[in-house]
Amino acid sequence: MIRDITIGQYYQGDSILHKLDPRVKIIGTIIFFIDIFIINNICGYALMALFLAMEIKISKVPFSFIVKGLKSVIIIMLFALAFNLFLTQGTVVFSFGILKISKEGIRMAVQMLFRLIYLILGSSLMTLTTTPNDLTDGLERVMAPLKLLKVPVHEIAMMMAIALRFIPILIEETDKIMKAQLARGADFESGSIIKKAKAMVPVLVPLFISAFRRANDLAMAMEARCYRGGEGRSKMKPLKYKGFDFTAYFIAIIMLVIAIFSKRFNLPFENF
Amino acid sequence: MGIIKSDKLTYEYIIRDEEGNVDSIKKAVDEVSINVESGQFIAILGHNGSGKSTFAKHINAILTPSEGTMWVDGKDSSDYDNTWDIRQTAGMVFQNPDNQIISPVVEEDIGFGPENLGVKTEEIWERVNNALESVKMTKYRSKSPNRLSGGQKQRVAIAGVLAMEPKCIVLDEPTAMLDPNGRKDVIKTITELNKSKNVTIILITHYMEEVVNADKIFVIDEGKVVMEGSPREIFSQVERLKELRLDVPQVTLLAHELKKAGLPVPLGILTKEELEDAICQLF
Repeated sequence: MIRDITIGQYYQGDSILHKLDPRVKIIGTIIFFIDIFIINNICGYALMALFLAMEIKISKVPFSFIVKGLKSVIIIMLFALAFNLFLTQGTVVFSFGILKISKEGIRMAVQMLFRLIYLILGSSLMTLTTTPNDLTDGLERVMAPLKLLKVPVHEIAMMMAIALRFIPILIEETDKIMKAQLARGADFESGSIIKKAKAMVPVLVPLFISAFRRANDLAMAMEARCYRGGEGRSKMKPLKYKGFDFTAYFIAIIMLVIAIFSKRFNLPFENF
Repeated sequence: MGIIKSDKLTYEYIIRDEEGNVDSIKKAVDEVSINVESGQFIAILGHNGSGKSTFAKHINAILTPSEGTMWVDGKDSSDYDNTWDIRQTAGMVFQNPDNQIISPVVEEDIGFGPENLGVKTEEIWERVNNALESVKMTKYRSKSPNRLSGGQKQRVAIAGVLAMEPKCIVLDEPTAMLDPNGRKDVIKTITELNKSKNVTIILITHYMEEVVNADKIFVIDEGKVVMEGSPREIFSQVERLKELRLDVPQVTLLAHELKKAGLPVPLGILTKEELEDAICQLF
């Protein structure tokens, strides 16, 4: 199940998208999010779909790989769809008992569905083409202005980097503990969901203890190597903008402008 | 004064009962005075809970003495201002290779130390390249540490310390979690560092085979230094080592038993070759 989540995974490649500066990709993705929430008509969504399709083509990441990310959030999407469909007030089209579907509800639901799909495709594309290290480095730089508000930006980035390093180790450890418990007659497979959840408790307790022990060891190892927070640190791989990074920024801004103006191109049948 | 010098160093653990009252005070390190000269290969032996790891943590200023003093390169570790200098002078490698590698890429992990010191980017790369070369891990530079064997991970950890250009490396049971091959690799790496780069090595271990090449051995028991001397001097006292619940290298033990059985073999034999020679001379 854990392996189905594509958000946060990296797909190795050497496309232009892979080579872009992580800051461009992060800011570009944020602008893309703004775009899809500004847009409210078919024309705009078609344009965004075209843009996404082009990006996916350039990235050389197989489409099936990106779509996998959608599978894991399908339930959330269904919920959003249902809420918008049934709870939006307006001119009623159908009604079954207390459930009423309004014209505005259909419109909102379809819009929400498009937005969510684009949101997930867009963010998966970013994480799939960016190594975790670049991503944390980029985030640290993009969030740097927040330092003025006393947000511990460096610490957050460091925590993310360490988490990425330890996820596989902890998964392996969970596996080991589960096997050890299975060998002593634990049952994780049968029974109701509640019974299965209860069976996980004896796995989680030792996992937590070991995670704390590891954290303690790691903190000591980091201190022993003179780690004392972000102050006065230099970078082994500093981020530098290249020519095509500015081109990418330019494209992102053009897309934003198009998104703002797309409101004017309402097709007549949309105002039903 | 040597690069590392301790004077009557004592470290106390306070043991509390469930209500948080002081139950008893345990001296993990008890009046240890040692002096290590620059460039030496020192081994510290002791069974589990003897206080050897606690002592090692003082060399890196992770712990500071309750009583007595520890000088690293002439700097007093109790003075907080010296902490970072001391950690740069005396690097430390820990037991568990997984819990001391910070970055998900080998070369970036080695760069972590120099980054913390604020070294310039070009110099970081130079140091990383040199460190990788010294531990013979250049091939694996862009790999994830999760894909390496225990011995390789431990060599990455050593490289991470080397990149900080320390004068001294303290290794706290670096081979305890490794298989025999990994163990051999790590010991070979540190022996070479000691010989070619003149880095002072302090190896803490309970594997006797690893220390036969050391310049000097300290044996710690219940927080006190109970024996000190060259490997030959230490291993000639087989009975005493057994009392301290320590093993002796197999060859030394064999020579000892032969002597007990009446053969005139010399005391303190450390390697197979020496034993071979000694036995050949008998006939």
